[in-house]
Amino acid sequence: MLYRESGQFISDYRADRRLFRLWQERAGFYLLLVFAFAVVPFIANDYWFSAILVPFLVLSLAGLGLNLLTGYAGQLSLGSAAFMAVGAFAAYNFHLRIEGLPFLLSFILGGVAAAGVGILFGLPSLRIKGFYLLVSTLAAQFFVQWVLTSVGWFSNNNASGVITAPPLLIWGRDFSSPAGRYLLTLAVVVALALLARNIVRSELGRHWMAVRDMDTAAAVIGIPILKTKLLAFAISSFFLGVAGALWAFTYLGTVEPHGFDLTRSFQILFIIIIGGMGSILGNFLGAAFIVLLPILLSNLSGTVLAGLIDPGQLENLQKIIFGGLIVFFLIKEPFGLARLWQNFRERSRIWPLRY
Amino acid sequence: MLRVVQQGLKLAAAIGLGSSLLSASLFAGSAQAANEQYFPLQSYRVGPYAAGGTGFFGGFIDYLQYVNTKEGGVNGVKFTWSECETEYVVEKGVECYERLKKGLNGAPAAATNPLSVGIAYATLERSAADKLPLITINHGRTDSTDGSVFPYVFPLQLNPYSEVSAIINYIATKSGGLDKLKGKKIVTLYHGSPYGKETNPILELLAKKYGFELTLLEVPHPGNEQQSQWLNIRRIKPDWVILRGWGVMNPVALKTAQKTGFPADHIIGNIWSNSEEDAAPAGSAAKGFISITTHPSGTNFPVLQDIDKVVLKAGKGNLQDPKRFGTVYYNLGVVNGILNVEAVRVAQAKFGKRPLTGEEVRWGFENIRLDEKRLKELGAYGLVQPLKLSCSDHEGGGAVRFQQWDGSKWNVISDWVQADRKLLRPIIEESSHQYAKEKGITPRDCSKES
Repeated sequence: MLYRESGQFISDYRADRRLFRLWQERAGFYLLLVFAFAVVPFIANDYWFSAILVPFLVLSLAGLGLNLLTGYAGQLSLGSAAFMAVGAFAAYNFHLRIEGLPFLLSFILGGVAAAGVGILFGLPSLRIKGFYLLVSTLAAQFFVQWVLTSVGWFSNNNASGVITAPPLLIWGRDFSSPAGRYLLTLAVVVALALLARNIVRSELGRHWMAVRDMDTAAAVIGIPILKTKLLAFAISSFFLGVAGALWAFTYLGTVEPHGFDLTRSFQILFIIIIGGMGSILGNFLGAAFIVLLPILLSNLSGTVLAGLIDPGQLENLQKIIFGGLIVFFLIKEPFGLARLWQNFRERSRIWPLRY
Repeated sequence: MLRVVQQGLKLAAAIGLGSSLLSASLFAGSAQAANEQYFPLQSYRVGPYAAGGTGFFGGFIDYLQYVNTKEGGVNGVKFTWSECETEYVVEKGVECYERLKKGLNGAPAAATNPLSVGIAYATLERSAADKLPLITINHGRTDSTDGSVFPYVFPLQLNPYSEVSAIINYIATKSGGLDKLKGKKIVTLYHGSPYGKETNPILELLAKKYGFELTLLEVPHPGNEQQSQWLNIRRIKPDWVILRGWGVMNPVALKTAQKTGFPADHIIGNIWSNSEEDAAPAGSAAKGFISITTHPSGTNFPVLQDIDKVVLKAGKGNLQDPKRFGTVYYNLGVVNGILNVEAVRVAQAKFGKRPLTGEEVRWGFENIRLDEKRLKELGAYGLVQPLKLSCSDHEGGGAVRFQQWDGSKWNVISDWVQADRKLLRPIIEESSHQYAKEKGITPRDCSKES
């Protein structure tokens, strides 16, 4: 009833290929975009922009990158943070060493560099699967961090190896204000999310899913395994690389190899597990859960419980609650938050009747 | 019907409710202007560096409490503060910075003191944009000493370059003069991180200048395995080992040194290898270990005695374990408190006896004049070094004392040893000017500042 598809007929190929086939979904999507681009910049304050919205968007994009690889193509990886680091440092170096390179182009080149490294570390996936592959991507995690720390060239021979991002100038306009950073991040994330949604519906996306479900069967029906797996690594790393560049340039404003350690890889993995594997929306829900909930807990405990409990204990208490909530959600919905949304949609389709 | 509602509720709980609660809690609290000055504290009480965080912020809070209780604040303006846990993690520190920078209940923020290199780097530009001083006592970005390029950053007392320079000067006095350094063998064992590597170029420069043989050995993070490095040291047979450690790396270094037969009294720990928490876990292996410090530990200073009387005995102390009163990290917090409060006091003398903005407090920091007389008034003579900051010099002191571990506590074994700041200044300026060029900053003209 609420979400009715009856009466919406598809009569030509163009309509069949739309991203969202139902008018309800299209309207919701456009409303959300208008809200994010035109309303949020006027109602949010600095704290929301710089501490909540920007990291939420960047981590959603990182989750999206990993989801393409793990959720769609079925290849496990623990090297996400390493690919982010490659993207961040490559974007920094392209911007530094090529005079007059447009800012957005250096993001893209950073992503391309990450894609290259991704292909390299994706090679073992042709022979090994599952948890064994996970371990070999772990090598990427340690190797990249080690290289970036020990080769001074990557950080422009900065003594401490920490680099600060250049001013965010695009077409002569300064995006350094908190609202500007948010809009820039949002634009990149929306563009890439749309791209991802199209990729997973393309021939390549269907190849990925075939490989995920059973790669021997996929090979038998003529899907080139080598190309499919390596493209999965390349495209996933591209997304992660751009996310890393955004993390360094629009969020923190500094680039430091230590910021992209194993903990970050785990964080991204948790985003897609909680959000939902094989879903675009799930990354945003998962990132919201991982980013917003601890901040919410910390703000609540800061205002409600401050002074009553020792601050150190309070912090540990928050961790316990957060961990408990993760367990609760995974028990209630093992397929992630995206599945909750899907269930809601299906139920509201037939509401108020039921089977 | 019911199930639809249930599903909807679940989803709302997941996203919608969360954000509305968040905003509700963010805007809670009245906005009544009070006659108070606020300190946002990006503290860390859990995680791997909790020992440092609880000590430092404990000392800092106790000193603010002391000034409030004893004198009713500065000229009637009381201090207020609130904490936000960072766990030493950069993003959490940034979130805390953004959350707290606006002040509390109308009391404006005076300065931020994250005590973390990573958070300091990430909030460096934000501080300049928000006009809020960023205090990185004893650490931080070396070239931020140049206040003409970094108006809002203060690596008070000692920056990393001064630190190594002072250590080399101390070795020189032990050897009988700077000319005696020629041919000496010095090994630096450093933590494999940006912090650890920061001083390597300066050590190389000093080695060239004074003609000592320098070997740089890296210990990968976290540093709980150092067998190969110490076997190397045994082969080199150095006269001195400089330990530029961090956390667990320090006690492991001392234990491994004992195993390989290197004497602890020829190991000199740097500013983050100088606490009780670094030496005590190594047990007997730490006996004789020397380290630098900008402030002696112990409780024999009038200001600490007074804090004990006014704050701790009254049950208002911040430390969970009262035994840590007077330890290195706690005293660093007290020193940090003294300097922050002094800056507020100096600024109030110029701008009026009221809560000040960050910009005004910055002026206060730049005009801190701590001579022996003032230090005696504060009861901190011998605890804080004489300090004179200016528009172009945001470090001020650059002197350290040396202390030795006797198996249970630190004993001060030297007077103030000064770093060769004249030698370091051109290197700092070169680096800060390069930063200014990258960022398109026009350095302030310090001759025009009053």
